[in-house]
Amino acid sequence: MSYLADVATLARKDLRLELRARDTLPAMLLFVVSTLVVFHFALPEGADEVAAQGLLWVALVFTALLGLARAWAPERESGALEGLVLAPCDRSAIWLGKAAAVFAFLSAVELVALPAFALFFGSVDAATVAGVVLASIGICAVGTLLAAMAAASRTRELVLPLLFLPLAIPLVVGGVGASVSPEPGRYLAFLALYDAIFSILCWASFEYVVSE
Amino acid sequence: MSQGEYVAAAYGVVFVALLVYVAIIAAKLARLERETAELAELARTRHADV
Amino acid sequence: MSTSSPSSSTSKSAVPALAALAAALVGIAIAFAFYVAPEDADQGISQRIFYFHVPIALTAYACFGWGAVKGLLLLWRKDERYDLESYVAIHQGTIFGSLTLLTGSIWAKASGGHWWLWSENQLVLFLVLFLFYSAYFMLRFSIEEGPRRANISAVYALFGVVLIPVSFLAIRLAENIIHPTVFTRDGPQMSGVMFLTFCIAWLAMSVLAYALYRLELLGKRLDSNLRELRELLT
Repeated sequence: MSYLADVATLARKDLRLELRARDTLPAMLLFVVSTLVVFHFALPEGADEVAAQGLLWVALVFTALLGLARAWAPERESGALEGLVLAPCDRSAIWLGKAAAVFAFLSAVELVALPAFALFFGSVDAATVAGVVLASIGICAVGTLLAAMAAASRTRELVLPLLFLPLAIPLVVGGVGASVSPEPGRYLAFLALYDAIFSILCWASFEYVVSE
Repeated sequence: MSQGEYVAAAYGVVFVALLVYVAIIAAKLARLERETAELAELARTRHADV
Repeated sequence: MSTSSPSSSTSKSAVPALAALAAALVGIAIAFAFYVAPEDADQGISQRIFYFHVPIALTAYACFGWGAVKGLLLLWRKDERYDLESYVAIHQGTIFGSLTLLTGSIWAKASGGHWWLWSENQLVLFLVLFLFYSAYFMLRFSIEEGPRRANISAVYALFGVVLIPVSFLAIRLAENIIHPTVFTRDGPQMSGVMFLTFCIAWLAMSVLAYALYRLELLGKRLDSNLRELRELLT
């Protein structure tokens, strides 16, 4: 139980930091709404609703990327990651706490983005919402780990999208499938499978990413 | 292009890639040769000093 | 700091023999592909691209897998030697992966009439993998050399082998939503001689990849030994 308590403490620390500084969340919200407006003009007259569904997923992935690029910024700027790594908690708890915090931000963004999408482009059905939730888990799990890798590099924000997008392709496939397919069950199952596989992998490998 | 030419192109691409690889290895060997010569020279002067 | 390994004296003698074996096998494979294997009834001569295209693709998978195995060994045993081996294996995999894309593109043009077909699952998968492993090099070369870089590279290599089946599944699923598949390349079953040719080509490509892997490793070790020697001398 102390493991989960560590995770909760770490996630709460990130949320409190964000509430005080308000760096990331407003930027993500503004970005996702701006993107949807840009998409309205990018879609030619008479483009069907299915194309808009695809663009929703592009907007979500890039918004998540914006948040992920900042995910480890507080630790990096204050040099606190070294301290966290040495702290007497399991290192995977650091990853889980961070992923939970990023998931909270992304969920908040989606709470705005999905109604905005419905307002601008038409309806959002239950399968799409389920797909968004499942894909967000995968995005946060994989993205947090890749962001930790990118934070160790000289190029940082530049290299993260390159690492993340190939891994996000299966999530986009599953999400778009859940949105547009008449039988979304298999796509949702695929998203759940992706989440399970990559969460386990990230959970097991995170300690190697942050330690020497 | 005829079908045969496509086949030739496919095998040609593999062949060219292999040649490029050899060229890169050759360039690397040349650099290593230069470095060893430098080091040998260094070792020789060091030896003469002692 | 030392990256030399006790086995380096034995590997030196193995590389020329491996290279000779690879040359012989590739020669035999080409002879089989053009003179022994019968012409395919449906596709004619363009089917002969298959004998190199598919073995190259399988070899690329093997290289990526080998790189991940070495990465796992690195995380497990903390031996720096595995970092270099993992990197070289992935480098080979990327080279063979690019060749898969090129030969596959030519085959798509010869048999389907287009240079790129999104319905070719294997080609699309290799495009995804090519992007993924290109990012590996970007990441690796922007981190300072040391145990941290070795660990991160190894974890990324492990992600690669997990991504391969997941992406394959994703591409299969995407096929149903983006366009129902109508074009298939399977055709009739391979005859015995065709299958034999395919196996010889596969063996030839595997040995070739292994020879190149050992050759590159040799160069990299020579490089690091020289650097060490220079540090000792100056």
